Amino acid sequence: MTRYSAVAAIFAATTALVNPAAAETELTMYYPIAVGGPLTQVVDGIVDDFMTENPDIKVNAIYAGNYDDTRIKALAALEAGEPAQLAVMFSIDAYDLIEQDLIVPFEDLTDDSNWLNSFYPALMANSKIEGKTWGIPFQRSTIVAYYNKDMFRAAGLDPEKAPTTWDEMIEMGKALSNDDHYGLMIPSTGYPYWMFQALAIQNGKEVMSNDGTTTFFNDKDVVDTLDFWKSLSSEHRIMPEGTVEWGTLRQAFLEGKTAMMWHSTGNLTAVKNNAEFDFGVAMLPGNVRLGSPTGGGNFYVFKDASDEEKNAALKLIQFMTAPEQAAEWSIATGYMGVSPAAYETDALKAYAAEFPPALVARDQLEHAVAEFSTFETARVRDGLNAAIQSALTGDKSAAEALIEAQAAAERQLSAYK
Amino acid sequence: MMRWIEPALAVALAVVWISPLVFAVWAAFHGVSDAINFRLFSPITLENFRTAWEGAPWLRYFFNSFLLVTTILIGQFVLATLAGFAFAQVQFRGRDALFTLVLLQLFILPEVLIVENYRVAANLGLIDSIIGIGAPYMASAFGIFLMRQAFKSVPKELDEAARVEGCSLLGVLWRVYVPAARPTYIAYALVSVSTHWNNFLWPLIVTNSDSTRPLTVGLSIFGAPENGVDISVISAATVMVIAPLLLLFLLFQRQFVQAFLTAGIK
Amino acid sequence: MSHANTPDRQRRAIHGWLLLSPALIMLSAFALYPSVATLWTSLWSRGTRRRPSEFVGLDGYRQLLDDPTFWKVVSNNLIYAGITIPASMVIALTMALWANSKMPARSFLRTAYFTPTVLPMIAAGNLWLFFYTPSFGILNKIGALFGAEAVNWLGQPDTALWAICMVTIWKEAGFFMIFYLAALQTIPPDLREAAEIEGASRWTYTRRIVLPLLMPTTLFILVNAMINSVKLIDHLFILTKGGPSDSSKLILYYIWENAFAYFDRPAAAAMTVLVLIALGALAAFQFLVLDRRTHYR
Repeated sequence: MTRYSAVAAIFAATTALVNPAAAETELTMYYPIAVGGPLTQVVDGIVDDFMTENPDIKVNAIYAGNYDDTRIKALAALEAGEPAQLAVMFSIDAYDLIEQDLIVPFEDLTDDSNWLNSFYPALMANSKIEGKTWGIPFQRSTIVAYYNKDMFRAAGLDPEKAPTTWDEMIEMGKALSNDDHYGLMIPSTGYPYWMFQALAIQNGKEVMSNDGTTTFFNDKDVVDTLDFWKSLSSEHRIMPEGTVEWGTLRQAFLEGKTAMMWHSTGNLTAVKNNAEFDFGVAMLPGNVRLGSPTGGGNFYVFKDASDEEKNAALKLIQFMTAPEQAAEWSIATGYMGVSPAAYETDALKAYAAEFPPALVARDQLEHAVAEFSTFETARVRDGLNAAIQSALTGDKSAAEALIEAQAAAERQLSAYK
Repeated sequence: MMRWIEPALAVALAVVWISPLVFAVWAAFHGVSDAINFRLFSPITLENFRTAWEGAPWLRYFFNSFLLVTTILIGQFVLATLAGFAFAQVQFRGRDALFTLVLLQLFILPEVLIVENYRVAANLGLIDSIIGIGAPYMASAFGIFLMRQAFKSVPKELDEAARVEGCSLLGVLWRVYVPAARPTYIAYALVSVSTHWNNFLWPLIVTNSDSTRPLTVGLSIFGAPENGVDISVISAATVMVIAPLLLLFLLFQRQFVQAFLTAGIK
Repeated sequence: MSHANTPDRQRRAIHGWLLLSPALIMLSAFALYPSVATLWTSLWSRGTRRRPSEFVGLDGYRQLLDDPTFWKVVSNNLIYAGITIPASMVIALTMALWANSKMPARSFLRTAYFTPTVLPMIAAGNLWLFFYTPSFGILNKIGALFGAEAVNWLGQPDTALWAICMVTIWKEAGFFMIFYLAALQTIPPDLREAAEIEGASRWTYTRRIVLPLLMPTTLFILVNAMINSVKLIDHLFILTKGGPSDSSKLILYYIWENAFAYFDRPAAAAMTVLVLIALGALAAFQFLVLDRRTHYR
């Protein structure tokens, strides 16, 4: 596939003319996982099964790293006229993808409303925009609390009872904190807005409107939420000062540097395989209510694809999100089975019986809300991220930081109202 | 007593300077938990290398990097030789103005122009190709300048002797000037190879697939997975990536340092 | 040669242009044209589904100047330059003086100092991540031995930029050392002997004789270091991604982010133009002020 020059491309085109036997549809799919990791083999396996079933379709999966890298790469490819028919990208990129006129709604591709309605509604929340469905859930998660049962026992706590309210969390966190490790770590790099949104929901407040044009960063309850997060380290001393690194948090948890961590369900299998202690998984605690945003990636189909390619892409998506494959994917990673039917498959039933934490994310879905997403989402989100980090690091007060972020967001969103 | 303070400081600085590398090597050969808790007598393992090796198509990345530096080097040699020769030995009107224009490029860094260079590369169909990564660097003002200096110091008599024997202009360049400038070529090659072997930002932007990604981009993607990193495995991958150039450097240290000197000072 | 007849001159001109044309074509395609195109792009608004791109003149620049992040990034970059340039130059000079003296283990010193130069910045980022990571990073482990509080080096606005600077200094000092070393080796040894006979201390000798002789090299390194303070940002991708709250974000990273993460090409173009102007000023300084005295002979 390497193209050394335009000349080589012409060569290739000529060869294709000479050799018309290749009458198959070729799909290029961008996928947000690290190249060559264990997960690529899972995706490759599912894709291979698909190609065996559909010999006339050839799928090239391009593994582009994390979500940001994948979006950047896929859109750069589109702009450069490179082939790209579908991608798994952040569920929250939908507004921007629509605004840049890059994707098509699934209603244009299929009349099968049964299929479109077969997924958990909470997982569809981010992709229902302007009355249409722009994304199909696949690599989806919520935030869950992982906790070290051995440490719970050592602190004299019931290892089967994770905190269910903020107060309990602080109380238990204090019991669990000592010179050797912290009681709790909530990551604040990578995706700080995601964790923050969870806290805000638990505090009874959404941080954005449903149409992607308004944010509520300066709302009193939202500001209180950030103050609460900050107080976990400054007042209650159950979390380290400064920011907590997303990327190394799993390692810190596995190393026993914290008794509890909030992280994506996407980490479940990795924690299960590497923990040398007894661990539990629980829903996040609540304050006013329970709650977590959903997260992760949806399938999108690009507008520039030919009708034939779009149909092939739809087929592939239907195959990959079918209950059996969704179950396989969930077992391999910890990401959610995207439809109730996936949890009815024998494979996932057996797995859940043997490893009950696999069901926590699903059970939490009834409390879940759409992930933070607006127009200009990357910028607005970065503004919120910066505000959260400035408050946590003591650079600014929560109110000051959030009022600034709100002003910046209003400036960026004014064009969309 | 005083005599020892300075050498001690010098050695201390040297130790600080190589310590990141030493720790990475140490981590690469130990389990994560042993590595970060500094269990000095814990068993040595090659497991990290195995995991890292299986984690990405490193051979392909090595090959891409190799192809990339070779392509760039050949392009730079050809362009810089021709242009350097014109600036040094062919007299024509506008030459000095052109030379100033070329020198200006020393400051128009390809790194800064990533946005528009990306468009140019896209229009030429060079995205996700080795040529595309190399193209912005081929007409290197630095290289042209260097070759001009080298050619200027070639004795005029050699040139004239060759012409008397009936050599064409390019013949003179090839038979007289290029051989005479050999040390400069070697120096330039070392500088160019080590620069482009290590280059990151532009290759990151231009490449899309494993078939073109050089090592640096492969390493950055390998090192930033969605859900967290494993320090030992990353260390192993890093050690793997830097080993070839590092070994070459340690083996040919003298020539290497000399090359940087020639390229920088003359 | 100056009395050559016209056909000969014409032939030479043709030869000259032919020899230059490949380089000029590439330079035009990847330096001159993009510079002009950048300027042009910066004068247009970003096109979206609702609002197609239109000519807005200097509006883009006004928006940029209104963007607090832009100013933050500029000041970060000035701090970055202000720290890394002098620090790496002073360390480089010290290294060169040591590596050039009659010290034991001289070649070990030279190798150790120079090694970071051959490593990719990305790899350097990975190596240093291991140093900086909170809870199990090496710096904190060492600190703990002396009873220091654990510091979240990359996670705090006060320290993140410093941590980034440290990596840059580490990477650059050895490189600059080489140039000083070369210059030191050209200083005739009898100068030193003469100084010793005069009874001058080593410090006096260094200050009064060596440093002035190193001046051209220092200026050459200075220009290089200034260019690098714009260019060297690879480690940001690994270490901080510009955070927390933009405290370690540098201009080139922000340009990249605007262009490839926010898809706001005009904003990126406007910033690029400003950086090019700054580099142009640097070039003028180099050619007009330093040229006679430095290596461009």
